[in-house]
Amino acid sequence: MHIVVLIKRVPDTASKITIAADGRTIETAGLQFVLNPYDEFAIEAALQLKEQVGAGTVTVMTLGPAEAAQTLRSALAMGADRGVHLEHEQQLGDPYAIARTLATAIQGLAPPADLVLAGRQAVDSQSLAVGPMVASLLELPCVTDVTRLERQPEGKLRVEREVEGGHEVLLVEPPALLTTNKGLNEPRYASLKGIMAAKKKPIEEPAVPIAPALSAILRLEYPPARQGGRIVGEGAAAVPELVRLLREEAKVL
Amino acid sequence: MSAYRALDLFELDALLTEEERLVRDTARSFVSERVLPVIERHFEQGSFPMDLIPQMAELGFFGANLEGYGCAGLGAVAYGLIMQELERGDSGVRSCASVQGSLCMYPIYAYGSEEQKERWLPRMAAGEVIGCFGLTEPDHGSDPGSMQTRARRTAGGWVLNGTKRWITNGSIADLAVVWARTGEDASSIRGFLVEKGTPGFSAPQIERKWSLRASVTSDLILEDVEVPDSAMLPGVQGLRGPLSCLNQARYGIAWGAIGAMQACFDEALRYATARTQFGRPIAGFQLTQHKLCEMASEITKAQLLALRLGRLKEQGRAQPWQISLAKRNNVYWALEIARTARQILGASGITHEYQCGRHAANLESVITYEGTHEIHTLIVGKQLTGLDAFQ
Repeated sequence: MHIVVLIKRVPDTASKITIAADGRTIETAGLQFVLNPYDEFAIEAALQLKEQVGAGTVTVMTLGPAEAAQTLRSALAMGADRGVHLEHEQQLGDPYAIARTLATAIQGLAPPADLVLAGRQAVDSQSLAVGPMVASLLELPCVTDVTRLERQPEGKLRVEREVEGGHEVLLVEPPALLTTNKGLNEPRYASLKGIMAAKKKPIEEPAVPIAPALSAILRLEYPPARQGGRIVGEGAAAVPELVRLLREEAKVL
Repeated sequence: MSAYRALDLFELDALLTEEERLVRDTARSFVSERVLPVIERHFEQGSFPMDLIPQMAELGFFGANLEGYGCAGLGAVAYGLIMQELERGDSGVRSCASVQGSLCMYPIYAYGSEEQKERWLPRMAAGEVIGCFGLTEPDHGSDPGSMQTRARRTAGGWVLNGTKRWITNGSIADLAVVWARTGEDASSIRGFLVEKGTPGFSAPQIERKWSLRASVTSDLILEDVEVPDSAMLPGVQGLRGPLSCLNQARYGIAWGAIGAMQACFDEALRYATARTQFGRPIAGFQLTQHKLCEMASEITKAQLLALRLGRLKEQGRAQPWQISLAKRNNVYWALEIARTARQILGASGITHEYQCGRHAANLESVITYEGTHEIHTLIVGKQLTGLDAFQ
């Protein structure tokens, strides 16, 4: 069983993001980068499936700058077997360009992928589009936001996802693409032995052309500065007015 | 509260290898997610978080710098980074790992027979066997050469008598490395592996501590304890044995202290920027900025010292007096920083809701154990002057 996990190097969410001088990208100097947290669930799911089957390969693939090799290495330290680095220095804003490039690279893998996993979203660009787009381009069945994943004895995957008011339970036959959501599992730490073993694992750098973008970022803007608060009254007497304002003005109720 | 941010003003991260950063990140996440949520409760109760032992073992934290026998075989810097991160959680948790790896596994690794290594090291790396180290005695702390614990030769073995004190992990240990005199002077000191449950051997816990409360500290009492010949560490004799172990552990403490400093600095900086008095954050006042600046400079200096020491150690060039200087400096400043953080936090700093008070209390032990601040001063003094102030 060959499982491919799409991962991304993203700024630590605790970082303060600054817009670069071009107004369209973020300043990366001084930022701390981490493995996208939603992708950790995908890696853990892949490792658990491989352990359950007792055989197979987990390949982690990323599209990003030279430093993204570190992100691949941390996934290899968790237990993935093989890394694929599609090196590209510029920040890509168009989900199609990213998805098309990844899909081409996945098609070039040997053996072919039996299952593709990806985090539901990258915590930086938040498009939530790359996983489903890759599925479309590869003509794979796609289930998003998976919170439970079980492999049936015959190889089909029973997956659950959260929907409004409950759970949806689906049966998918690989090859397929799943995007992973929080709650699916608890990602393991890279153990010291895993870290030592990761040094010897291969990271391939296939020559895959970056696909053309179908959309372009015009500019990035900071959110408006927060306005000062307002005291609407004191004690229980103020509650009706507070509720009215929350409903009518703030529109949060 | 947002995630912990380690101070790295001089981009020392760039001096670490990818592997070292990964090791540090594993230990850092482990501490944030597994240690910090429970440590306050254990500190208050005066209990050691036992369920952390199998978790630390699984990640490979015990004896991480030893080769083979189920150990990870990391370099000195990577090992130091683990100690740094563990002590960011609590000095007691770091102490447990220090004692297991540097004071119990290391002497077996360095001075044990092949049989002893194979018997104990894999199970100690796996956390199935917990170790402790018995050198200090009630009346012999800084001067271990005058220890009273004796090992008397019998047919086929030894009989041990004596009392050890301030033994980290003592009451939870399955195995104790006990140092005892086999003759009249310090050159006759030998190490013995004493198993829990051996008749005449007990390890009562020392209660009512206000420091290292989330750590087990014990006496080891040996009353006519019979051990076979195979319990003696064959590879070393004299004070060199225990002192070489202490060098390993002290090296780790030089790193560990940075973790305690970082925890306190992070907390003080957050507090100072959030706490408003006289209409502005207290971080905006010159007196607070002075404190924060002093803390940040000392952290940066401590980091440089530890990193350089680690690289020297990896080359086999670290001298005991260099380790003394680093342990002495870093622990001293960690205690100062913890106290300063408490000052910045005002009254809040005395509660268990914040970490600085716990770190300050813990560091009062750390500045005394593994060579007191004063003894390290004399070791450096001897190196500088050629004159031995001990004798």
